[in-house]
Amino acid sequence: MDLDATAVAAPMAHDAGAARSIYRHRLPVRVMHWVNVVCMTILLGSGLNIFNAHPTLYWGHDSVTGTPWLSIRGENTPTGPVGKTRLGSAEFETTGVLGVSKVNGDTMARGFPSWATIPGPQWLAMARHWHLFFAWIFVLNGLAYVIYTIFSRHLVRDLVPTRAELGNIGTSIVDHIRFKHPTGAAATRYNVLQSLTYLIVIFVLLPLIVLAGMALSPRIDTVFTGWVDLLGGRQSARSLHFLAAAGLLLFVIIHVFEVIVAGVWNEMRSMITGWYRVPPDHPSKELQP
Amino acid sequence: MSKSFALMRARQRDRRHLLRGAFAAAGAAVLSGCDRLSNNQAFVDTLKSAQDLSHAAARVVAPRRAMAQEFSAADVAPVFRSNGTLNPGDADYVALRDSGFAGYKLMVGGLVAKPAEFTLDQLKAMPARTQITRHDCVEGWSCIGKWKGVQLGAILDMVEPKPEAKFVVFRCYDSMEGPSLDGRDSRYYESIDLDDAHHVQTILAYELNDKALPVSNGAPLRCRVERQLGYKQAKYIRAIELVDSFAAIRGGKGGYWEDEGYEWYGGI
Repeated sequence: MDLDATAVAAPMAHDAGAARSIYRHRLPVRVMHWVNVVCMTILLGSGLNIFNAHPTLYWGHDSVTGTPWLSIRGENTPTGPVGKTRLGSAEFETTGVLGVSKVNGDTMARGFPSWATIPGPQWLAMARHWHLFFAWIFVLNGLAYVIYTIFSRHLVRDLVPTRAELGNIGTSIVDHIRFKHPTGAAATRYNVLQSLTYLIVIFVLLPLIVLAGMALSPRIDTVFTGWVDLLGGRQSARSLHFLAAAGLLLFVIIHVFEVIVAGVWNEMRSMITGWYRVPPDHPSKELQP
Repeated sequence: MSKSFALMRARQRDRRHLLRGAFAAAGAAVLSGCDRLSNNQAFVDTLKSAQDLSHAAARVVAPRRAMAQEFSAADVAPVFRSNGTLNPGDADYVALRDSGFAGYKLMVGGLVAKPAEFTLDQLKAMPARTQITRHDCVEGWSCIGKWKGVQLGAILDMVEPKPEAKFVVFRCYDSMEGPSLDGRDSRYYESIDLDDAHHVQTILAYELNDKALPVSNGAPLRCRVERQLGYKQAKYIRAIELVDSFAAIRGGKGGYWEDEGYEWYGGI
């Protein structure tokens, strides 16, 4: 999200009454946000299809001597096919979703189900085409975003929390747990948990997922011979790539949840048109259940 | 609870249902749209164009001579995983295998000044390179093995490729399963460019983990092109051909798996 301080300083009174509108997200940020939505959807779906080609993750260089920590497989039993998911030393029966699921009505052994993969059927070559095309757009879009946030001062002004905000982190956590969202002037700035989350996503998870993804390329591995060891080896890199994707998915789920709780139409409008209606400081009592 | 409050709760519930329905519908539309696009040739060609960009970028960041990581003896997997064809049933291969590959000859021809044939003994008499490297399958698994063989570059220097030669094609013994393309040869084949062919670590291996290359790993001779994925490592090599284009070979995409839709550049 992009909070435009200059717009805040000169509020546009669309509604002279309780609410005022501010121009919250500038065009580049809006465009990059929606490009991201498309890329992340396709990268996740095609990534899960690629995962399905070898639905086990390991720590180490090699999948023969490495330590498996996640394995999703289907097994034939006298009572029919059973999906089994092993996480560490714990095993779960996950028939219907993980390990064994239906593809166009046929029960198949496959890691993630067809409703979660791009393309739906198991098709490694095609999933790789999707993944490696949209990976380029994702990375270029991400680089453009980082350059933009630095040069537009979006990073320093809006994303990095102030000392006072960091001091109020306890209050912010309690507010989040109570689904209490800021109103008035406070609603025009990121809250401290939001800032920290965005910073972690932008500067930890995204670089990690790109780096771990590159470690899977046998040619990129040769840039500095042995650099993949810094990630623990190629199979560890594959695991980290998967875990970073899981982290991003968790972020997206919470992000979408917060958008819905905070007012889906107002939030959507602000990310499409840029205009955000600031919730008034003193909402009328009947809106408080 | 006031009436207006109950009404508001009902409205919120409706809105939640609407939202959930909208998310589910949008999700299903995206996925079925992606499936339809996966069968649209023009769209797939666009997606595949990224491999040229990836190849170009890889050549910039990882120079031509950059070396694949080599490991220590302690890293070698106890059993090297076999994949693809494990024991070719093709009559000419079976005859060779049964004779302990005594009559094996590697033919090297195509766009070269001096076509030549090499027996296994001749290949083994040439200077050898031993390397412990990681094999990365396109499916996602990896396996570390110790390979010994003759550098492909040394063979090319002997046969002297003509200036118009651009690719090295490996012709293999093993017929792949499944429908052959319009009745064309379904024997495995692969191709690499001359940069990779002349790379120090590109060898024709005849030993794996200090023993003669097992049949399941491509006996008597397989390619190791260490900066690319597993399907580029042709097994059961029958002949090597230098060409200026692979468009006329089988499906025209430069390899068996490439004809099945995989990228020709297997370095990503």
